Amino acid sequence: MSEILPGHLRHLEHEAIHVLREVAAQFDRPHLLFSGGKDSIVLSWLAHRAFHPAPIPFPLLHIDTGHNFPETLAFRDAWVDRLGARLEVRLVQDSIDAGRVQEETGPRASRNALQTVTLLDALKELRVDAAMGGARRDEEKARAKERFFSHRDVHGQWDPRNQRPELWSLYNGRMNPGEHFRVFPLSNWTELDIWHYIEAQEIPFPELYLAHDRLVFEREGILLAVTEHVTLDADETPSRRTVRFRTIGDATCTGATLSDADSLRAVIDETAAARTTERGGRSDDRRSDSAMEDRKRQGYF
Amino acid sequence: MSRSDADLLRVSTAGSVDDGKSTLIGRLLYDTRSIFQDQLEQIEGASRRLGEEEVNLALLTDGLRAEREQKITIDVAYRYFATPRRTFILADTPGHVQYTRNMVTGASTADLAVVLIDATKGVLTQSRRHAFIASLLGIPHMIVAVNKMDLVDWSEEVFDEIRHDFSSFASRLTVRDVVFVPLSALKGDNVVHRSERMPWYGGGSLLHHLESVTVGGRLNTIDFRFPVQTVIRPNAEFRGLAGTVASGRVTAGDPVVVLPSGIETTVAGVRTADGPRPHAEAGEAVVVTVSDDVDIARGDMLVRPRNLPEVADTLEAYLCWMHAEPLRLHHRYLLQHTTRRTPAFVRGLEYRFDIDTLHREDAERLELNEIGRVVIDTTQPLFFDSYRMNIQTGSFVLIDPHTNATVAAGMIRSGETRLDDAAPHGESAASDDRPVSPNVTLPDPGVARREREARNGHGSGVIWLTGRPGAGKSTVARALERHLFDDGVSTVLLDGDAVRHGLCGDLGFSADDRAENIRRVGEVAGLFAENGQVVIAAFVSPYRRDRDRIRDLVGPQRFVEVEVTAPESVLLERDPKGLYAAFAHGRITGLTGMDAPYEAPLDPALVVDTSRTSVARAVGALRAELESRGMIPADRD
Repeated sequence: MSEILPGHLRHLEHEAIHVLREVAAQFDRPHLLFSGGKDSIVLSWLAHRAFHPAPIPFPLLHIDTGHNFPETLAFRDAWVDRLGARLEVRLVQDSIDAGRVQEETGPRASRNALQTVTLLDALKELRVDAAMGGARRDEEKARAKERFFSHRDVHGQWDPRNQRPELWSLYNGRMNPGEHFRVFPLSNWTELDIWHYIEAQEIPFPELYLAHDRLVFEREGILLAVTEHVTLDADETPSRRTVRFRTIGDATCTGATLSDADSLRAVIDETAAARTTERGGRSDDRRSDSAMEDRKRQGYF
Repeated sequence: MSRSDADLLRVSTAGSVDDGKSTLIGRLLYDTRSIFQDQLEQIEGASRRLGEEEVNLALLTDGLRAEREQKITIDVAYRYFATPRRTFILADTPGHVQYTRNMVTGASTADLAVVLIDATKGVLTQSRRHAFIASLLGIPHMIVAVNKMDLVDWSEEVFDEIRHDFSSFASRLTVRDVVFVPLSALKGDNVVHRSERMPWYGGGSLLHHLESVTVGGRLNTIDFRFPVQTVIRPNAEFRGLAGTVASGRVTAGDPVVVLPSGIETTVAGVRTADGPRPHAEAGEAVVVTVSDDVDIARGDMLVRPRNLPEVADTLEAYLCWMHAEPLRLHHRYLLQHTTRRTPAFVRGLEYRFDIDTLHREDAERLELNEIGRVVIDTTQPLFFDSYRMNIQTGSFVLIDPHTNATVAAGMIRSGETRLDDAAPHGESAASDDRPVSPNVTLPDPGVARREREARNGHGSGVIWLTGRPGAGKSTVARALERHLFDDGVSTVLLDGDAVRHGLCGDLGFSADDRAENIRRVGEVAGLFAENGQVVIAAFVSPYRRDRDRIRDLVGPQRFVEVEVTAPESVLLERDPKGLYAAFAHGRITGLTGMDAPYEAPLDPALVVDTSRTSVARAVGALRAELESRGMIPADRD
């Protein structure tokens, strides 16, 4: 019940719903990018609330790297069912098979960068004019500069130095043919806000976010899950640890955190007391100081 | 004020690179433990690479590569932190003149501005520029952070001098709540924790002020405005109007007018995904249903029948130009206002501000980062209020239809043809239209009415009781005042007999003198209403045009015309002052309604027949009328 939400969460909810409705009103073919992570779960829940009692007036779109934790897909399908939403899935594997991208090789190989191509291809194929995502400005410093309505050129690229000013609650979604917008209704939310909201609204989420026993190994200070998609170096030894994930993405680059937080309450307490950012466990962000900005310029979410 | 976001404060900062603004924010985040370990490690590494000795806290906020390399802040960066008392959204903007547009952007949603001053340099142009923008954008609170106190030996004298300089400048702005804090961002003094190195300073730290300032000054809680975003139609039975309440409040059962069609209907229900709810307040995203099958679409606006916004296709506005391509007069732009978008042409540029000196100057052009006053024609009418009254319905952006870029941000002063109605906005028409000193620009002198209303907790206006002698105006007026006063409303009673003894003691009862009498009373009523009072005026005021003049003066939505009446037989029988008897015996002439005219109102808000209703019921009906106009809050629920 939103009536019992703390004041600032109610404010954030109203703001996000306002933005979602602007998207529905200003664009012809909006899609909501759904990864199965907590942010896109909250975003799709807000979309459900924004248009209730009508169904969500746009489809969800999942760009599937194929390197998922199995729990993610099961959760995704059940959730989409519950929302009564439409789901589109596009596979990175298809882009590889079609020769659109070349799979990285070696033990550090990740499909995380490849998904940008699949995403841009999907946006083109589906003629998407607004792709909504659950990105938050508090995640990373390049994201702190994003607009709610973020313009992308015909190549899907972001020009951070030439962004449209965004004032009050007026959003300019005008564009030329072939261009599109990325829209971030959760811009002003923090990781803690997301968890508080999930708790208050009793929103389901994948068990991966809760502490569980898992076979992991350490690589460059990050704990990665042992899955069929990663190859261990000779000096990397797997061990069984109690961990949880703070973000859920590609299984090959999403780091686990040692944690005993096995309930939502415990996760909230842990998040409130956390001394590292949630993306601290993302090896894709560690490639350089500007890794996120560079990927975003290319069209990454 | 929306209680819902009392625990959220939006702050904008601006200041020059050298003021140490980024360091201040870094310090605020660091000392409130809002920086994470990996972020700290990241900037430690980056500081080393840039060859710096200490950890450069500024690197935390300068997110773009060019910013880190050039050590400047290019864009607006948003930062989030929370203390046990409050959650903060901080819009960090650069202070150079070429980033005026970023400052304006950051200021557009802020409740509070932190203006930085370098203690070693005193009040520079940049600080003044930022303060001016904060004032123009209607930010209600300002904290002046006098930084680098460590470099001036923590000197009280230096601080006092800066405070004096800035205060004399700020007295020309609209921001009323200005607080000064001496601090050192580098050393951490008075940022989060109180400094012990400035015992002469009795105030709190910067964070203490951020945590304790009152929130809510930016939302208009009086005038109901509901711009329709989109229509929700799951099936043939349900048709919901989705939107965010821009201002005021809406309750199921409220009569509303749909703009632009002017069709009147009633609010059938207010709901969210959680189901129906009794009402919605400013800032809440809801779905409204109406009881009639009226054609309503995106861009329409629901308002109260007796509390209308201006409807016009010409408006005067302050415009901040935000694009490299300068403003072109008579060029076609798209104007986006609430949920409406319409082609618009800038007809004239009246003047440009030199935002560093606040002088007005004649100008042919408006270029990137310049602010001026313009007249704009739109091809479809807009429904708006002045920005001072209502930020949500007083703001707009201009879009270039060819590049689709957002090229300007506008703040509406008023529709061009407005009469003296500009005055109720706290923007004295005089300051713009009368000759003024060429060196002084007053964007808005005086405490704005909205501020007074916010403090009072109710709106203001004039309840004008007109009617023939003996109809019961004074009795109803006194009972109404007692009722409102007891309910905490700030009231003023103006009664015909009272003013005849003083203010208008020199006037008789000729038509001219009656007109002058009502003119004076109207001016006085307008002044009190402008100062946030609910004015109750009881006057025979027999001439329609005299009453209409007062309506024009205070604005139609704030002028409640009430006809108090009773059958003539009742009047003659009551005859409280013996006027009718005197007339009957030929001792007086010119008695209103007998041998002098009485022009009853053509469209009164209310008719009270005192021969058929009790005083208490009349007061109840009047109260309901004031509530429906949003002039006073509905009975506490």
